[in-house]
Amino acid sequence: MSLDKATVAKIATLARIKLPEADREAMGRELDKILHWVEQLDEVDTSGVEPMTSVAHMTLPMRDDIVTDGGRADEILRNAPNGAHGFFTVPKVVE
Amino acid sequence: MSDLLIEGRTGKWEIVLGLEVHAQVISHAKLFSGAAADFGAEPNAQVSPVDAGFPGMLPVINRHCVEQAVKTGLGLDAQINLVSVFDRKNYFYADLPQGYQISQFAQPIVGKGQIQLDMPDGSTRIVGITRLHLEQDAGKSLHDQSPTLSYIDLNRSGVALMEIVSEPDMRSGEEAGAYLKKLRSILRYLETCDGNMEEGSMRCDVNVSVRRPGDGLGTRCEIKNVNSIRFVMQAIEYESRRQVEIIEDGGTIKQETRLFDSGRGITRTMRSKEEAHDYRYFPDPDLLPLVLDQGFVDGVKAALPELPDAKKARFIEDYKLTPYDAGVLVAEKTVAAFFEVVAKGRDAKLAANWVTGDLFGALNKRGLGIEASPVSAASLGQLIDLIADDTISGKIAKDVFADMVETGASPGAIVEAKGLRQVTDTGAIDAAIDAVLAAQTEKVAEYRSGKDKLFGFFVGQVMKATAGKANPALLNDLLRQRLAG
Amino acid sequence: MSDLTDLTLVTAREGLRRREFSAVELAEAHIAAIEGARHLNAFITETPEKALGQAHASDARLAKGEGGALEGLPIAIKDLFCTRNILTTAGSHILDGFKPPYESTVTTKLWQAGAVCLGKLNLDEFAMGSSNMTSYYGPVINPWSNPGSDRKLVPGGSSGGSAASVAARLALAATGTDTGGSIRQPAGFCGIVGVKPTYGRCSRWGIVAFASSLDQAGPMTRTVRDAAVMLNVMCGHDPQDSTSTPLAVPDFEAALTGDIRGLRIGIPREYRVDNMPAEIDALWQRGIDWLKAAGAEPVEISLPMTKYALPTYYIIAPAEASANLSRYDGVRFGLRVPGATLDEMYENTRAEGFGAEVKRRVMMGAYVLSAGYYDAYYLKAQRIRTLIARDFDQAFEKVDAILTPTAPSAAFAIGEKMDDPLAMYLNDVFTVPVNLAGLPGISVPVGLSAEGLPLGLQVVGRAFDEATMLRVAGVLESAAGFTARPAPFGGK
Ligand SMILES: [Mg+2]
Ligand SMILES: [Zn+2]
Repeated sequence: MSLDKATVAKIATLARIKLPEADREAMGRELDKILHWVEQLDEVDTSGVEPMTSVAHMTLPMRDDIVTDGGRADEILRNAPNGAHGFFTVPKVVE
Repeated sequence: MSDLLIEGRTGKWEIVLGLEVHAQVISHAKLFSGAAADFGAEPNAQVSPVDAGFPGMLPVINRHCVEQAVKTGLGLDAQINLVSVFDRKNYFYADLPQGYQISQFAQPIVGKGQIQLDMPDGSTRIVGITRLHLEQDAGKSLHDQSPTLSYIDLNRSGVALMEIVSEPDMRSGEEAGAYLKKLRSILRYLETCDGNMEEGSMRCDVNVSVRRPGDGLGTRCEIKNVNSIRFVMQAIEYESRRQVEIIEDGGTIKQETRLFDSGRGITRTMRSKEEAHDYRYFPDPDLLPLVLDQGFVDGVKAALPELPDAKKARFIEDYKLTPYDAGVLVAEKTVAAFFEVVAKGRDAKLAANWVTGDLFGALNKRGLGIEASPVSAASLGQLIDLIADDTISGKIAKDVFADMVETGASPGAIVEAKGLRQVTDTGAIDAAIDAVLAAQTEKVAEYRSGKDKLFGFFVGQVMKATAGKANPALLNDLLRQRLAG
Repeated sequence: MSDLTDLTLVTAREGLRRREFSAVELAEAHIAAIEGARHLNAFITETPEKALGQAHASDARLAKGEGGALEGLPIAIKDLFCTRNILTTAGSHILDGFKPPYESTVTTKLWQAGAVCLGKLNLDEFAMGSSNMTSYYGPVINPWSNPGSDRKLVPGGSSGGSAASVAARLALAATGTDTGGSIRQPAGFCGIVGVKPTYGRCSRWGIVAFASSLDQAGPMTRTVRDAAVMLNVMCGHDPQDSTSTPLAVPDFEAALTGDIRGLRIGIPREYRVDNMPAEIDALWQRGIDWLKAAGAEPVEISLPMTKYALPTYYIIAPAEASANLSRYDGVRFGLRVPGATLDEMYENTRAEGFGAEVKRRVMMGAYVLSAGYYDAYYLKAQRIRTLIARDFDQAFEKVDAILTPTAPSAAFAIGEKMDDPLAMYLNDVFTVPVNLAGLPGISVPVGLSAEGLPLGLQVVGRAFDEATMLRVAGVLESAAGFTARPAPFGGK
């Protein structure tokens, strides 16, 4: 079986990548091939094994509540492909 | 709870309500970046490259925000989880720069707790808290600045929020209102959130469903960002009616996110949320598990202030107040403190009446908070003393209080300046009585022939003659003797 | 001045201290070499002005007897490191024109140590690849070629530009990043040394993220000693990276004593994979013999989970990448392709901005995290990752370092394996387990294939024991006496 077009379309939407109807089947086959390959993991008995959270054997470091950044809107906005009056802009959203 | 049922065409319905409150943590800097967290700066002036989701930028957590969450958890007498995990909640939106929100999904920092509602009739109800977790706020989208564009300001992006989720334990808009008032009161006592719904530092999503009494839960709709307690109650009223009508017309409720339109007092489907979400939560690999030690939690607990429920119990116990009065007085920390100064060494019931009655009346009329009261707790206390030692009558005290509000002068000064001391010298009162009785010979005759209800008339006349300053008790005795004579 | 480009970091450092030549002369020699080798397509951005400016400043400091550990030494930077006000592309169309308002921690440390920046190096798009074929800026050509043919070869990847530039004498050294082998495999393909430090050794702050739980920066050099010198500068705790380890960094150069007597070297049984070229097997055996001759004790070990490392990696890395790459949405930086609605703008921008391999991995990642599949794929993979790390923990109770081949083949021809992702993924079969376990690994060039192409061996160390790993690598290097170099080219 190969990932059906509907599923591929759903993933493409979740990932916000435009995927023309015509390309869905091919992408489905590619993903499917990789999925079948990774499914060899099912051979491994992982009962009672904790999922890895991080290889860094430490806990979360914390910082002090001090303002150390900001006041540089120009730098934050400088790379924006589109902006106005100190804001980023996007096609109008209707809530 | 039959009193809470709503009447439909085909019978009674029960409303089931759960609330999700997003409370902005009081802190200087953001949850994962060093940019300032306060309101009102120029657009994008309080943004670090971390908050703007720039390539290679990494989050580092703000210790104070963690403490604030623990403090709030303890204030909701909730379970503090010594190990919690930050997850990425993935979705695309214009004001979500990273394309995911750092939140806590499977392992929140705070677990089950509870909150006691004080209902207007003085009764109380317990509502369960499901969880509290820390997460980042999103930026702000302005949709009304241009016909074709939405404008994005990332100043809010990354500000620390506590999402506080209740159990579906509420059954009426009134209970939901009481829940929000109580939660806000606790947050303000703890100083972990300023509770200002208008500014958006406390936001409420309401989950509404209806069912036949005794049935299982119905399909719920989530009403987003309702930004005042009044609107929450309106939204619930409208939404529950809407659902009952749909079901009674043979329809079914579609689980969806709705928006409250405060202008029209209705709820409507939220366009941007129509597509079903798949948030693909997974632990944020840029962050490690947040581990707290019990000693730290105990330290925060030891430093907690007295909270509204404890204060209320103490007021009832020590000051012998009614649960209702006590509830009203503890709702705001500052009011409770004011009251305790007024009540110190005085008739607490009288103090409570003056604070909740005349003082609140005067403040409301002027739209002032207690901290801006023209009458200090000390001088309100002095006024009560003047009544207690018979310097003035309760009736005169009302006029003195009015003056105090106007001028801010001390009650003693006002009483002297206007010569409002009660007359307690029998000679002066006798003279006034003589004058009145001389002028009212027929009435005196009627009284003596048995029409003793005229007594009140004579009291009024003599009071008038003494400009209301005669000591009422003394006047009564003397008058009764003379009329008997 | 081509002899100046033949120096190592260490010999160039001495030459500068002895004032045999100036930092400016050294920089000019490399700038000329880069101009003569543009056909390799190793650089995305050349920064000769910056290089000369820094070199002048270095000469001034050197004249006063001052200067840092890398004072006046010209290096090049993989274009995954954000460099303040200098185009940073990650090899992707979607970062068109992006000039970061900040400098990565690692490059900041390099400049503070006096290093001179020659430019930004080509790479697989978002470091996703093993051939440098996925770069929006085109493939990098391996300076090595098979004498018997004129087919152009890949330099490996994702740090392909880094490996090619160091092998071709365009830079004394380069930075790379390694998520599944992206430093060690191209180092092997180009006959240079590449180090992937322990996870948490080098700050990830300011490096465009691919898979956050696996990414590590490291040096790519022509000698083990150069790698040790550069690694010392790149490492260190960074409070801006929550996964950076607050550990002191030892003097790695001092660790290169050449004395490995009594060290136990693990030889993992499971790395003798099917259809591995005999010559690689033979080279591996030679490496074992060299270490034995130097007084170390080879010990056969078992890493049973080895065969599951690649599939595990191809769940975890895409999952993390799918979220890490969500920020490329056409709003705040880089490419925007217009659309009628916000979502159309997103979909158009990401469809045009990402290449095929990146799209494939982002979609794979979204899929394995999506409702109903999370447990079966992502969670399963994280459990197996625990077992893979456990394999190494147990092995390191018996041994001090592990010796393996770097890759199952020598460099292949440009265009090969492009139609078959799985075949491409197999390049990293020996390197990926090391990333999954967070351990340090180094590739050392030790010989040539029958076709005359470089082959490398990998030494894997205990967590935060890069010192022992480098010491073993140093012994391999001297024993192998690898002096071969790519046939001269360019200069035209
Ligand atoms: Mg929520
Ligand atoms: Zn939330």
